[in-house]
Amino acid sequence: MRAVLSRLAGALPTLCGVVLVTFLLTRVLPGDTATYFAGPTASAESIAQIRANLGLDLSLTEQFWRYIVALSHGDLGMSLTTGQPVLTELVNRLPASAELTLCGLFLAIGIAVPLGVLAAVKQGSLADHACRVLATAGVSLPVFFTGLLLVYVFYFVLGWVPAPLGRLDAFATAPPQVTGFYLIDSLLAGDLETFRAAGAQIILPAITLGFFALAPIARITRASMLAVLGSEFIRTARASGLASSTVILTYALRNALLPVVTVLGMVFSFLLGANVLVEKVFAWPGIGSYAVEALIASDYAPVQGFVLTMAILYVLLNLGIDLLNRAIDPRARRGA
Amino acid sequence: MKRRNFLKSAVGAAALGAPFVHEAAAQSTPTRNETLIVVQEYGPNSMDMQGIGSAQPVNGVSLNCYDTLIRFKRVPFGTDGTLTHDLKDYEPGLATSWQVASDGMSCTFKLRDDATFHSKKPVTAKDVKWSMDRAVSIGGFATTQMAAGSLEKPEQFVVVDDKTFRIDFVRKDKLTIPDLGVTIPFIFDSETAIANSGGDPWAKDYLKNNIAGSGAFKVESWKPGTETIYVRNDDWKCGPLPKLRRVITRDIPSPSTRRALIERGDADMSYGLPPKDFKDLAEGGKIRVAAVPVPNAVWYVALNSVNPPFNDVRLRQAVAWALPYEKIMSAAMFGRGVPMWGGPEKVEKIGWPVPFPYNTNMEKAKALVAAATSGAGISTSLVFDAGSGTIAEPFAVLVQESLAQIGIKLELNKVPGANFRGELNKKTAPMVINRFGGWLDWPDYFFFWNYHGKNSIFNVASYQNKEMDAFIDAARFTDDPATYEKNVRGFLQMAMTEVPMIPVCQPFHDVAMQKYIGGYVYWPSREPDFRFLTKNA
Repeated sequence: MRAVLSRLAGALPTLCGVVLVTFLLTRVLPGDTATYFAGPTASAESIAQIRANLGLDLSLTEQFWRYIVALSHGDLGMSLTTGQPVLTELVNRLPASAELTLCGLFLAIGIAVPLGVLAAVKQGSLADHACRVLATAGVSLPVFFTGLLLVYVFYFVLGWVPAPLGRLDAFATAPPQVTGFYLIDSLLAGDLETFRAAGAQIILPAITLGFFALAPIARITRASMLAVLGSEFIRTARASGLASSTVILTYALRNALLPVVTVLGMVFSFLLGANVLVEKVFAWPGIGSYAVEALIASDYAPVQGFVLTMAILYVLLNLGIDLLNRAIDPRARRGA
Repeated sequence: MKRRNFLKSAVGAAALGAPFVHEAAAQSTPTRNETLIVVQEYGPNSMDMQGIGSAQPVNGVSLNCYDTLIRFKRVPFGTDGTLTHDLKDYEPGLATSWQVASDGMSCTFKLRDDATFHSKKPVTAKDVKWSMDRAVSIGGFATTQMAAGSLEKPEQFVVVDDKTFRIDFVRKDKLTIPDLGVTIPFIFDSETAIANSGGDPWAKDYLKNNIAGSGAFKVESWKPGTETIYVRNDDWKCGPLPKLRRVITRDIPSPSTRRALIERGDADMSYGLPPKDFKDLAEGGKIRVAAVPVPNAVWYVALNSVNPPFNDVRLRQAVAWALPYEKIMSAAMFGRGVPMWGGPEKVEKIGWPVPFPYNTNMEKAKALVAAATSGAGISTSLVFDAGSGTIAEPFAVLVQESLAQIGIKLELNKVPGANFRGELNKKTAPMVINRFGGWLDWPDYFFFWNYHGKNSIFNVASYQNKEMDAFIDAARFTDDPATYEKNVRGFLQMAMTEVPMIPVCQPFHDVAMQKYIGGYVYWPSREPDFRFLTKNA
């Protein structure tokens, strides 16, 4: 418990840094918010009026002070592109991104880990080559391309999946909000129809994301398995006549998982922010597309809110991974 | 005691009302034929078109959820059932009749007796005054648009009695009455707005998130960036009850997805596709593409006429002779527009836009360049908006290629959407590709923004010419047809010779819809109007 608290305290300076840097970066970016929002027939006066309304005519330090004061009240400011408070939007949109990312990640783990293990055990075999091809294809195909291709084949040509209209089709209603994850909320409400509808909507974007995440996970599993399989305790285990499955799954895999879990954390946080393009193709109302739209419009508040949220998520995620590592590997407990 | 009474009566009412409520609920599930699904790039960022920073789709909220005093008459366009509007002919909105005074300096409106707001409160002249006062005082785009019709200050708006309202004119301006039909001077339920305003005289925060109007639709749910759902207001009085009972608009950022949705039949209407997709869909024949040339609008190349090199009129003319018009039309616009080149040398048609007397003639262009320069090449840059890159980028590359042949070397400068207006405001870009169109389709209105010495942001060329200003000012405020024609002819002719901006084409406003959709109207704001749409799937 003390370890957790001290880790959290250690993250504070990082967060302060993030707040300062994002504030400065968004101000340094070219683009004039006031002119953008003044509309098509803006006069110089109306632009000035808007600038004053937004507080953009104040000095940088004054703007920063206002931002910090608001932040300490939990107020992340207003988005101009959607016209809503940033905090509400992030809270509404984060579950959508998290649900999609988690689905993609689980899909990737489900395929990549067994594939990596297989490739390591049967080095140079067909499975090993298949693993390599799949991983290379996964990283080298841009996600929007995979996404559009999947939409074209499975929606447009075959018609197997419903229209890519977002999290639910136009006639379905969202389940009562508990976790914000439609798949879980619909099950909690016992609404199987909505569960099926949400599942059908999420499957293509999740495959698109999962395909992209496949490579790092499969490669790390394979490499780490190879290292462990070559070590002495495995030789001892084999020499002792243990069944091959026990050796691989109980002894080798557990030891090989440490770097895999670390990579999983990285991949998750990376996917959460980087699934912008998937969100665009599938009209997924997540935080990635939200931040990019805001960036294009020089809408500062959402961008700052997004970066801050991501920083906090990173900190929490790293903490979670450390804790998970301790659970998997007793040595990590002493090492701290 | 009071509470108990209240409870008792509430229980009684519920018991009495229950069967009826149940029946109403059963009746109130709109069928798929009464439900429209629209996909668009992005939805409204506010519910209040008068508010500062409201984006283009908010015009749609104004059209469907609010009423104006008068509406433009709908007129057929083409043969495919598409409708457009007549800016000079009106039909009743909240006003059933209107009369301009004999001195021409005011107009009196009689309000509809039976019209009510969504709150069931009757619409009164007080509400109209509050809404007009708000539009001219709130600042930003709303106030600019009102001023375009000489609607400038609250004193102009007078409550005569509960159902009579008068506008006093500050000057005779032919744009005043038309300006009342656009999506800015719509009427709010002022009591509801003020009651929820939290002290703000214009209830900006409340109206940004809530509808307080009398319009044909109410907003059932609004998730910014995701979807907006409209339901019909069954008590609407300002027109025939809409056939659609429920409209779902979804924000689908990817144009490829929007195209797939309309082609597969999962969406009834698709807004804002790239021109190539509209061309394919129109040629494919399965989907109806309603194409209306955007009144008053052109894609053009502006040449900065204050700074070198294009302060020399010969060079501007050289560029006008060297633009690859045909290629731009086919490779950038994919034919989705009306050509604005190859016109007569003397102005024939009084209107805007009109074709300019140029076409691609490299010999003439080279001769003009040779006369203007001593053979040394010119290097300059061409600015365009990355936000309209699907059209502007190939457009720019074609211009670059063509001008290289007459010794003008162009560096392309693609400016992200957020910075583009800022770039225009600097007034230094030597050459810009842009598009402009005013809501009020009068030539003098376009020229006021684009050519007048007042140098608005849309006078991209920063063109300054007293003679030009005189023509524009004279045309704007005259009520004599002959004077008007003389001055419009004057500024058109001058624009053709001086060419601070070279029109290339008048773009279409394209909307893709299923063949069973009827009643589509093109309005100045370009947003879909659900009130007159029908669906017979």
